[in-house]
Amino acid sequence: MKWTEIFTSSIGKKLVMALSGLFLISFLVIHVGLNACIWANDKGEMFNKAAHFMDTSVVVRILEVVLFAGFFVHIIQGIVLEIQNRSKRKIGYQIKLGNRGSKWNSRFMGLLGTIIFMFLIIHWKQLWIPSRFTGVAPVVIDGKEMQDMFSLMKVTFSELWVVIVYVVACYSLCWHLIHGFQSAFRTIGVYNNRYLIMINKAGIWFSVIVSLAFAMMPVSMYLNWV
Amino acid sequence: MEHYTMNLTLKVWKQKNTASKGRFETFEVKDISSEMSFLEMFDVLNERLINEGKDPIAFDHDCREGICGMCSMYINGRPHGPWHGTTTCQLHMRAFKDGDTIVVEPWRANAFPVIKDLMVDRSAFDRIIQAGGYISVNTGNAVDGNTIPVERDQAERSFAAAACIGCGACVAACKNSSAMLFTAAKVSHLALLPQGDPERKTRALNMIAQMDKEGFGSCTNTGACEAVCPKEISIAYIAQLNSEFIRGAVLQHEENE
Repeated sequence: MKWTEIFTSSIGKKLVMALSGLFLISFLVIHVGLNACIWANDKGEMFNKAAHFMDTSVVVRILEVVLFAGFFVHIIQGIVLEIQNRSKRKIGYQIKLGNRGSKWNSRFMGLLGTIIFMFLIIHWKQLWIPSRFTGVAPVVIDGKEMQDMFSLMKVTFSELWVVIVYVVACYSLCWHLIHGFQSAFRTIGVYNNRYLIMINKAGIWFSVIVSLAFAMMPVSMYLNWV
Repeated sequence: MEHYTMNLTLKVWKQKNTASKGRFETFEVKDISSEMSFLEMFDVLNERLINEGKDPIAFDHDCREGICGMCSMYINGRPHGPWHGTTTCQLHMRAFKDGDTIVVEPWRANAFPVIKDLMVDRSAFDRIIQAGGYISVNTGNAVDGNTIPVERDQAERSFAAAACIGCGACVAACKNSSAMLFTAAKVSHLALLPQGDPERKTRALNMIAQMDKEGFGSCTNTGACEAVCPKEISIAYIAQLNSEFIRGAVLQHEENE
């Protein structure tokens, strides 16, 4: 096997999914952590400062390019794998094994991923593109002018349909992560059962906490909690 | 449990040969004993079909004691039927009630083409074994079995993997038609023993290359294989195969390229 074939073989393709997935998980930690600043109860001051840091740091700019590469690889590889795997059984079964053999979310990773991707397009259009390209109204904090991302969020999440879209996306993300988190570790070769049980539990906690935190952001803005 | 007899409706996949299309046919069977095995019920039906001058239903079987891995029926949507950790030949009719309809399909995967009716060609598994499922031993007198010390835990885990009978239920159950549990069992069984060490670096790479060539899908860790395996092979062996594969890829010498 040539070294390039390592990444195009069936395990190699999984490795690409697992490594890009773990990278995206690490991004979620940063994203949810920074966004939690909206709950600082200071009319968005801390959140706007955090957003300003992310906006102006060179390191973050470079990581952003890497992040998009990560998204690209994970999504394209995911679609390719789904199509290839489906093509391996030309004639299907009359009666399917279904939930007797596996959890539903592990079989519907492609569908859950597609929902998250469609959400991402809306999310980018509403919040990322204004902050990066089209511009956001400024606010002055501590004598420094910065983008008022907090107010943009407040306006965006004042509409019910947006809140519903975000909550549905977070629900999909939660189920996607519950399978993806532990599956990624299996793929990179963790096979000790004791660690696998720990990773499985940690994965469920991570998925629920991160998704719930994300979902509560538009909800708490819609209900004027912040 | 008390003995009882039952009348059943069978919906069985009939297909003349690999090239033909195939369809379900319905058969009624009467006075089936609850103590019969599932295959004996098929024997009763086939004897009747032969007496009537009809084509009997072709199905694979050999030892009929759950260790050869030949029987391969997808019964009511589950490989080897409703019982856990059981091959089709060890499934008994007491798993069913009078008046039940049972749907029997062959393993479905492009890599397992139907030969006739419920028989599929599983020679792809043989070729995966040939690609790396072997060890090197010196010729001459057989060496005493206990010459090389083996840690007990390793031996146990190796044996649990070696219990794989290669029936293909894992492929049949997998939504991706992946042969990963089979390949994982074969790779892990040898990787865990000192006797398997000489080929360890190349084994996983070669067997995975062959698995891909045979047209199996790739694993997405759903766990359906583990749930239906008649020998209860753990899905943790797939993670071990992944680890063996990465190890092989990292340690690979240039001359192998």
